[in-house]
Amino acid sequence: MNEQSSRGSNLATLLLLADSRFPTGGHAHSGGVESVHALGRMTTIAELELFIDGRLATSAKTDAAFAAAACAQPNNLVALDHELEVRTPSPKLRDVSRSLGRQMIRVALRAWPSLDATTLRSINVNGPMQPVALGAVAYAAQLSPHDAALVSLHHFMGMATTAAVRLVGLDPFDVQAIAARIASRLDDIAAEAALFAYKTSSELPASTSLLADIMAEHHATWEVRLFAS
Amino acid sequence: MPPDHQPSHSHDHSHDHDHDHSHSTFPSSVQGTRPLRIGIGGPVGSGKTALTAALCRLLANELSMVVVTNDIFTTEDAEALRRMAVLPDDRIVPVETGACPHTAIRDDISANLDAVERLESLHTPVDLTLIESGGDNLTAIFSRALVDRQIFVIDVAGGDKVPRKGGPGVTTADLLVINKTDLAPLVNADLSVMDRDAKIRRGDLPICFTSLVQPAGASAVAEWVRAQIAAWTS
Repeated sequence: MNEQSSRGSNLATLLLLADSRFPTGGHAHSGGVESVHALGRMTTIAELELFIDGRLATSAKTDAAFAAAACAQPNNLVALDHELEVRTPSPKLRDVSRSLGRQMIRVALRAWPSLDATTLRSINVNGPMQPVALGAVAYAAQLSPHDAALVSLHHFMGMATTAAVRLVGLDPFDVQAIAARIASRLDDIAAEAALFAYKTSSELPASTSLLADIMAEHHATWEVRLFAS
Repeated sequence: MPPDHQPSHSHDHSHDHDHDHSHSTFPSSVQGTRPLRIGIGGPVGSGKTALTAALCRLLANELSMVVVTNDIFTTEDAEALRRMAVLPDDRIVPVETGACPHTAIRDDISANLDAVERLESLHTPVDLTLIESGGDNLTAIFSRALVDRQIFVIDVAGGDKVPRKGGPGVTTADLLVINKTDLAPLVNADLSVMDRDAKIRRGDLPICFTSLVQPAGASAVAEWVRAQIAAWTS
């Protein structure tokens, strides 16, 4: 098991993995913001904050729990991947998650060569679900399950806020004010997610955002869109 | 002005591109180990898709080719190439770039590499992979980890000052294509000014003037591609 404490020794590594410039292909995705925007429900700062809050209580928290579990249980990735897949009803979102998982592995293999690529590649011909890949990478980078959960939540927030700035033209400083407000709670949400780190895979949270799955399927059919999902 | 708008190079034609330029050697770790990957970049509307289509038409009979397109909003470019039937549909794949076409070819190339490797593996053996960037600005260039050679396409209608403005695409691309020479009289563009400024920016690096209205318009570019393939497989 991954016993290392990240505090003090691995903080710089945590920052590296959390940085939106870490090249994992996430920049092409909006985390569902583009769909909500098209429905006319993403035009103000307040609506953006509600959107992020909603996901943090549901699908983003589920993802964070799986990232923590994948970091804590490196020998149980196949079962974790399967459990996360069945919690993702939308085939489109499964594809998106697996492509982001593949891309995470690509850069991480170069950055942390101890990463168990053989296992990760054996999970699914299209790559592991993104939170599973993230957890495995966090383990290889000697980060903790809590760190893995925190990075997962942070990535989601970054995806949503960046997409909102690009699509809606929201004031980027106001957007960061929201992010800072939410950030003060992300540690607690990560801690809740990390409580599942050593649970059996079927016991992990199953809270999802069903509307997000439906909207993702719809989004994939649009003729013109700015983001891949 | 190049007298008859024929494709012309910035330097003596008697030179052989394979051996003239110091940058023309490929890293030995990758040379010949996989298909040659050539990026086609440049501003919106300069003719990247037209050039890609023309190269497919001119080269697909002699080379096994695949194409990855990068679109900003849609899969328009991939669909246009498929409609033109320059290659079988399954040899053309679009990558979506999420509002940042330059990021997808330079800073975070993971989605493009993913698409390139899958396509090359699906159609083994492949000789040549073309990666067409989404239309972007003059600062966009391809990462050397994504492509082995890059072509930067600008057009006469964008203004004859563009070569002088420089930028990494104009200055450092392995081949600069200045397209739509047929429009020069209509937009008061002076091709000799573009040629002179491009040479100042690029030194010995080659330049092609093209008009892709005619199918043969890309033949000089195709010839340059053949020379790259020959060097890659030598």
